[in-house]
Amino acid sequence: MRVALFVTCLVDLYRPRVGFAAVRLLEQAGCQVEVPVQTCCGQPAYNNGDLDNARAIARQVIEAFADYPYVVAPSGSCAGMLKCHYPSLFADDSEWRARADDLAARSHELVSFLHDTLDVCDFGTAYPATATYHDSCSSLRELGVQAQPRRLLAQVAGLQIEELADTQVCCGFGGTFCVKYPELSARMVDDKARAVIATGAHLLLAGDLGCLLNIAGRLGRLESPVRVYHIAEVLAGMADGPGLGGGGEP
Amino acid sequence: MKSTAHAFEHNVHVALHDERLQRALGRVSGGFIDKRRQAVRALPEFEALRRTARDIKDHTLAHLGDYLERFEARVIASGGQVHWASSAGEARRIVIELCRAADARRVTKGKTMVGEEIAINEALAAAGFEPVETDLGEYIIQLAEEPPSHIIAPAIHKTRADIAELFRRHHHHEQELASARAIVDEARRVMRQRFLSADVGITGANFLIADTGSVVLVTNEGNGDLTATVPRTHIVLAGIEKVVPTLEDASVLLRLLARSATGQAFTSYTTLFTGPRQPQDRDGPSAFHVVLVDNGRSAMLGSEYRDMLRCIRCGACLNHCPIYGAVGGHAYGWVYPGPMGSVLSPLILGLKEAGDLPNASTLCGRCETVCPVSIPLPGLLRKLRARQHAEGLAPRRSRWALALWAFAARRPRLYGPLMGLGVRLLARLAGHRGRLRRLPSAGAWTDSRDLPAPAGETFQAAWRRERGHE
Repeated sequence: MRVALFVTCLVDLYRPRVGFAAVRLLEQAGCQVEVPVQTCCGQPAYNNGDLDNARAIARQVIEAFADYPYVVAPSGSCAGMLKCHYPSLFADDSEWRARADDLAARSHELVSFLHDTLDVCDFGTAYPATATYHDSCSSLRELGVQAQPRRLLAQVAGLQIEELADTQVCCGFGGTFCVKYPELSARMVDDKARAVIATGAHLLLAGDLGCLLNIAGRLGRLESPVRVYHIAEVLAGMADGPGLGGGGEP
Repeated sequence: MKSTAHAFEHNVHVALHDERLQRALGRVSGGFIDKRRQAVRALPEFEALRRTARDIKDHTLAHLGDYLERFEARVIASGGQVHWASSAGEARRIVIELCRAADARRVTKGKTMVGEEIAINEALAAAGFEPVETDLGEYIIQLAEEPPSHIIAPAIHKTRADIAELFRRHHHHEQELASARAIVDEARRVMRQRFLSADVGITGANFLIADTGSVVLVTNEGNGDLTATVPRTHIVLAGIEKVVPTLEDASVLLRLLARSATGQAFTSYTTLFTGPRQPQDRDGPSAFHVVLVDNGRSAMLGSEYRDMLRCIRCGACLNHCPIYGAVGGHAYGWVYPGPMGSVLSPLILGLKEAGDLPNASTLCGRCETVCPVSIPLPGLLRKLRARQHAEGLAPRRSRWALALWAFAARRPRLYGPLMGLGVRLLARLAGHRGRLRRLPSAGAWTDSRDLPAPAGETFQAAWRRERGHE
C-alpha cells in the first residue's frame, strides 16, 4: 500500500523524529512510504484571511500528492485542513474543487489511519510510565479522533494513561493566534500546563506538534519535569531521547 | 452603549489582571458547562432537535419577509401594533414616542439584548423617563452602571460581596446581606413597588409566532410577566430574526434554548403574549406594541453571514469559549460577547471598530459543537478575517510577516534550504538545553513560555540523506 507522508511544516522543521516515527509505524503496518517535496498546508494564510495564498499553497499540495492512494499526516490540524478546508477554498472553481475533494477523500490523520484504515493497534512497544493525552481541537472536533489514540496507547506495555481534567479545552496555540494575542494564549496554556502537572503523569502526549510546542514551552518555563512527545514517538518506540524542549534530559 | 471593541487588547489585559473578575469567572462558567452536559445527556433526541431547529430557522430566514408580514397582520388582528425600525436610532425614537404617548414616567424593563444593542436605557433617561431594570442581573449592573457581561447572566462577573455592597449603597442601609437569599429578598422588596408604579413595560422576545401574532418570552424570575402585564402599555423589542412560523416551531426551539443556556429542561416562566388585554381578560396592558428592529440584520440576511441570524441567544458559545472564560464579557467591548459577539459586533459596528474580535480566537470549534442551531461560528470568524484581509484592515506587521512566509511556502526549492538554515541557527542558539528562554523579536512567545529548540536538520533533508532519493 503506497502512502504519501504529509509531514507537516512543524514536524519538518522542529521534530523530524516524529516524521521518522510515523514512517516506522506505517512501514510496520505494511505501507510503502514516500515523501513528496512539500512545505506547509497553508493554514497560516487561510486562518489569517489570505485566501489567495491559501489557494496557491493548496493547489501546490494537491499537485504534489495527486498520485497517492493515501496521504497521511501526523497532525489533526493539517489533516483537517486537507480534509475539511481545501474543498471549501475552491467552492467557486469546479475543476479545483473536484481535485480538492479527491485529495480530501484520500487524506488521513496518522493515528486514526493506523486504527481505522489499517486496523493495526499493537506495535509491540513497551514504555513503563504514566502519560496524559491532550486532544487537539482539530483532531477532536474536525476529525472525531478521540478513542483511537487511547486504544493504541492501551497496547503499549507498561504505559498508564491519566486523563486530563478538561480534555475538550483548547491549549491556546491556535497557529498565529499565540503570537497575535500573547496574553490570552499565555493564560490558556498556563491553565493547560497546570492541568497536565495535576495529573501526576511523567509524559504529555498528543497528536499535534503545535499544541505540544505550546504546552512544552509553558511546562519548561514552569520548570516541570514532565516530558513531552508526539504520540507517534511513543508508539514507534522512539521516545527514548529527550522530549520536546529538552524535557527529561538529565 | 459606546463600544470599546477597538481597545480589545487593552480590555483583555485589564480583565486578566482583575482578581475579583477572575474569581467570579472561575466559579461560574464551569457550572453552566456541567449543567448543559447533564441536560443533553438526559435527552436522547437532542442532536435530532438541533437539526430540526436549524431547518426551522433556515426555512424562516429564506421567507423572512413573508413571515414578518404575517406576524404583523396577526398582531394587528389581536388589537396590537407593529413598528418597523431600520436602525438603532429609529428604534429608540419609536420607543420614546410610545412612552410619551402613554404619558409615562416610570418604565420597567425585562431583560432585552436588543434593548442593549439600541442603548434604550440611555435614550429613555435622556428623554426624561426613569427606566428600571427588573431582571435581577440587569438590575445589579444598572446600579453598577455597567453593561451586561453575559447575554443570559448579565451580572455573572459580580461576586456576592460586590452585589451586597451595591445594594447597601443604592438602597441606603447598613444591613449585612450575607446570603444569596437575603440579596434576592431585598431585590424583590425594592422591585415590587417599582413594578406596581410603572406606566410602560418594555420586554424583549425570545420568539415571535407568525401564525398567531404571539410573543414568547422566557425568564426564570417571572419579572418579564410583571413587566408585561402590570403597566398600561407593553412594548416588545425584537430583532427581525426572532420570528418563527408556528407555535410548534417555537416549541422545538424552546426545548433547546434552556438546555443549552442553563441546563434546565425548561425555564421557570415561559409566557405567550398575544395583543393587549381583551374584555374577558382579568389583567394585561391596554396597549400592545411590537418594535421590529433591523439594525444590520437584513444586510446579514443577504450575505455570507446569514447563518448568524439563526442565533437564539442562549449563551452556550460563551460558556464553552476559552477566551470568554479567560476574560469575561466586558473585554469584548460591546453588547454581545463570546463567539456570537465576535461575529455580530463586526457586522453591526464594522470591522474597523471590532476587527480584533474575529481574530481573537483559536478557532477551537467548541462553540459550533454546542450551538443549538449549529451556527458555523469558526467559519464565520474566518470569513470576517478574509474580508479584513481583502479590505487591507489587518495590521501591517502581520500582513508583511504573512506575505514573506507565503512567498517562501509557495516555492519549495527556496523554502527547503531557507528553513534548513533557520533551524540550524535556532538549534545552535539553544545549545544543549533543548529550549530557548529568550529570542529577539519573539517576545510574544517567550514572555510566557520557552521555545523548544528544533533538532537542527529538517525532516525532509534528513529523509533524503538517509533514504538517498528525492
